[in-house]
Amino acid sequence: MVMNRQGRPTSVETVPTDQRPDTTSGHRGLVHEEALIFEIGDNAHTGVDLEDIGTFETSLGGLERKEPINLPGLSEPQTVRHYTRLSQKNYGIDSGFFPLGSCTMKHNPRLNEKVARLPGLADIHPLQPESTVQGALQLMEDLAHWLMTLTGMPAVSLSPKAGAHGELCGIMAIRAALEARGDARKVILVPDSAHGTNPATAAFCGYAVKSIPATKAGHVNVAAVKAALGPDVAGIMLTNPNTCGLFERDIIEIADAVHEAGGLFYCDGANFNAIVGRVLPGDLGIDAMHLNLHKTFSTPHGGGGPGSGPVVFSEALAPYAPLPYVVRTKDGLHLREHPEKDDASFGRLVAFHGQMGMYVRALAYMLSHGSDGLRQVADDAVLNANYILSELKDFMTPAFEGRCMHEALFDDRFLKGTGVTTLDFAKAMIDEGFHPMTMYFPLVVQGAMLIEPTETESKATLDQFIASMRALAAAAKDGDTHRFLGAPFYAPWKRLDETKAARQPVLKWSPPAAQEAAE
Amino acid sequence: MRYLPHNDADRQAMLSAIGARSIDELFQVIPEAVRLKDLLDLPLHKSELEVDRIFRDYARQNIPAAEHAFFVGCGAYRHHIPATVDYIIQRGEFLTAYTPYQPEIAQGTLQYLFEFQTQAANLLGCDVANASMYDGSTACGEAILMARRITRGRNKAIVSGGLHAHYRAVSKTMMKYSDKDLVCFDPSPDDPEGDLARLLDAIDDATSCVVIQTPDMFGHLHDLRPIAEAVHAKGALLVAVVTEIVSLGAVMSPGEMGADIVVAEGQGLGNGLNFGGPYLGLFGTRQKYVRQMPGRLAGETTDADGKRGFVLTLSTREQHIRREKATSNICTNSGLCALAFTVHMTLLGEAGLRKLATLNHKRAVTLKNALETLPGVEVLNSRFFNEISVRLNQPAAPLLEKLAQRKILAGVPASRLYPDDADMKNILILAATETVHDQDIDKLISALSEEL
Repeated sequence: MVMNRQGRPTSVETVPTDQRPDTTSGHRGLVHEEALIFEIGDNAHTGVDLEDIGTFETSLGGLERKEPINLPGLSEPQTVRHYTRLSQKNYGIDSGFFPLGSCTMKHNPRLNEKVARLPGLADIHPLQPESTVQGALQLMEDLAHWLMTLTGMPAVSLSPKAGAHGELCGIMAIRAALEARGDARKVILVPDSAHGTNPATAAFCGYAVKSIPATKAGHVNVAAVKAALGPDVAGIMLTNPNTCGLFERDIIEIADAVHEAGGLFYCDGANFNAIVGRVLPGDLGIDAMHLNLHKTFSTPHGGGGPGSGPVVFSEALAPYAPLPYVVRTKDGLHLREHPEKDDASFGRLVAFHGQMGMYVRALAYMLSHGSDGLRQVADDAVLNANYILSELKDFMTPAFEGRCMHEALFDDRFLKGTGVTTLDFAKAMIDEGFHPMTMYFPLVVQGAMLIEPTETESKATLDQFIASMRALAAAAKDGDTHRFLGAPFYAPWKRLDETKAARQPVLKWSPPAAQEAAE
Repeated sequence: MRYLPHNDADRQAMLSAIGARSIDELFQVIPEAVRLKDLLDLPLHKSELEVDRIFRDYARQNIPAAEHAFFVGCGAYRHHIPATVDYIIQRGEFLTAYTPYQPEIAQGTLQYLFEFQTQAANLLGCDVANASMYDGSTACGEAILMARRITRGRNKAIVSGGLHAHYRAVSKTMMKYSDKDLVCFDPSPDDPEGDLARLLDAIDDATSCVVIQTPDMFGHLHDLRPIAEAVHAKGALLVAVVTEIVSLGAVMSPGEMGADIVVAEGQGLGNGLNFGGPYLGLFGTRQKYVRQMPGRLAGETTDADGKRGFVLTLSTREQHIRREKATSNICTNSGLCALAFTVHMTLLGEAGLRKLATLNHKRAVTLKNALETLPGVEVLNSRFFNEISVRLNQPAAPLLEKLAQRKILAGVPASRLYPDDADMKNILILAATETVHDQDIDKLISALSEEL
């Protein structure tokens, strides 16, 4: 067919851009407004076809659900459109640069997604007979081997479901080990710069938390650690590289001091991406460390989980690791799910065996990179962060002197007197098309901006980012506050009122009638 | 390496900008003595084709559920997942996003979490539900801790014998280093009513909550109404646990029956078996307890133009603000699993969910009726949803191995969960979801009649 183009204008008339008409639909071209499913669906519609049931004698014993549940249904095309439109209101790594410090937002390879969906790995039940899941157990054993080799640690527990869950696993093992030797210590040392989950975890395990200040150079104060150590201190929780993006060069001295005082050493491995293949945590005196498979090993963050946080252990803590774990017997691989006689394990941390779906993806990532590629990961991650630091240090204010590891930390001194805050600056970055860095963390730095580029960003992307950041810093200093205080201008929403959300929490949709009655 | 964009020229240009001679120089901060010189003893990088092949080999050594007559449940359930679900969760804007810390560019995630919370709350029969937890078992432990916070001064939790053995073990672990007591009743698969009566007798002034699963680990459904009344009369809270979320399409919700906190495993909707994880913890409670609830919450608000939008809210409960005073150390939810759940739930709608649940129940009734015709098999349930328990005339575990050879995965032997309990040896727990065909049931029955 030949298109008849006769009469169709092909040149573009210049139209004044500030005259934008309102639309009847509320949509704006490709940007669609999307109502809640409760406003577009109803309880009678469905998007699935199920076989007809007929009548039969039920055995629910008078517990039948009779009242309406209020779960709207949509047909398949409506469902696809609803979620497609929602997805278009999200920023992901696939969309653009996502330098969210401490979160290691690296590319998520699609091969990992593909192999995780093989029926032999996805469609198997955790309680099938072991003889029917030998491949799954082998995969868990191989993943364990990689994690132990990459960390130089002799044992690993795969079960924890996230980083914070890994912390819990590690601190419980520490407490179990101390109690096994009849040592009821009460205090865990946690640096000021730590992730908030560290003190929360210590408290969860019944420990009092003692804060350790940072030095002016952004490191843990070794003298303060030594002064705080004593017969009541169960151990220390330290992040390395730390949340300021710096390697704790005194870590061995700290580990020795903690051990001498009878304590144990937990390392938060959230930032392992910076050192993989460059140093073994096992050489640093660490007793337990979690690894975020969703950070270093690229399993998708998925909008906030699921994560996976295996924990590697030293010889001292290995006997106390949680159940279950894989053991090799003459009949093949076996999953030890229950404590045996004289078992020192502190118990079970999750139903079943942990995040198998994440194990598959992480192992696919490791096999793809190999020992050479993983070392290159750390190299490029550190190179990228230092490149950003060096290109921005004259325009913004680095929190500390010298080079960084995998993330560059700035404070808000360069914004002093401009009327622009770290938050405003972050919102202006959204208009530039970037996901903002981590803001106001770590707490030890005023108005912190923590930038973690990861190794999967090209030099061209970094250069574009650097140019935007320089221009924004210059605009702030030039008094162009409008672009900051009103930002974001180009996101589908303006700034959202968090105070209002917290003051009168609306956590669930209610029908309009109920809403009116409540008011 | 296909995931790393730099070539050597890029690296050199960047090093020059930094003023470093080599990348090694950037790592000099690591003490010389421990700095690795050589590559670790692991294989070198592999092509996509090679990696794909390796995983097909792993997969080949497992027997996927679809290739068997499949009756395995007991906390994880195989349901048909519409193709749309997997398509949606693989959209990069969902898959590769993070926790919505910048709400202006994360409304996709925040809106589906708000919708998810509403669906979960309605399904559980609760005023509010959070944005999800790691799984049902950890949600159960968190519920017990929350009950303790609400009933200040009361330290004891009483756990029914029908609670899934793993949930019980996980809860024990979570209480291990606190001043909380966990009193666990032994499982009594033959006498579910007696189990609950003993449990009610045990409530005292120190009891903060009673934990009951329905349908329980052996498939028994429980009427929580009289229990809730008795528990409340003693000033304690009722924590209800549901491990098969589809049951709530047919059975009265725990919230309707008076439970104060309801936790559930949401895997059964939208999420595959995945050998045990990742799964999806659901957590609901009464409005008045919302500030004691763990986990993330999405809440409605407006933007600077007055347009409706959503944000993470009530974060003053959480550890990044509260540090050691937080309600929990939990940091993540199960975002993508919650998305899978909510997409599946939207496709079903109430009409579809009710039909799906009825279909499951019908399969289980068919299975029960068929099993009752066999000598050497005693069905233990009178009131159930899609799972039942039987007492066999011989140990269940070895029999299961024999049936597996005949392409039948006939269920979970109770001895796998309670290996030291002699009474469990002959008990087999079987689930029948909509994925079970009538032919599968015929196959099971004829195999059993030969083996028993």
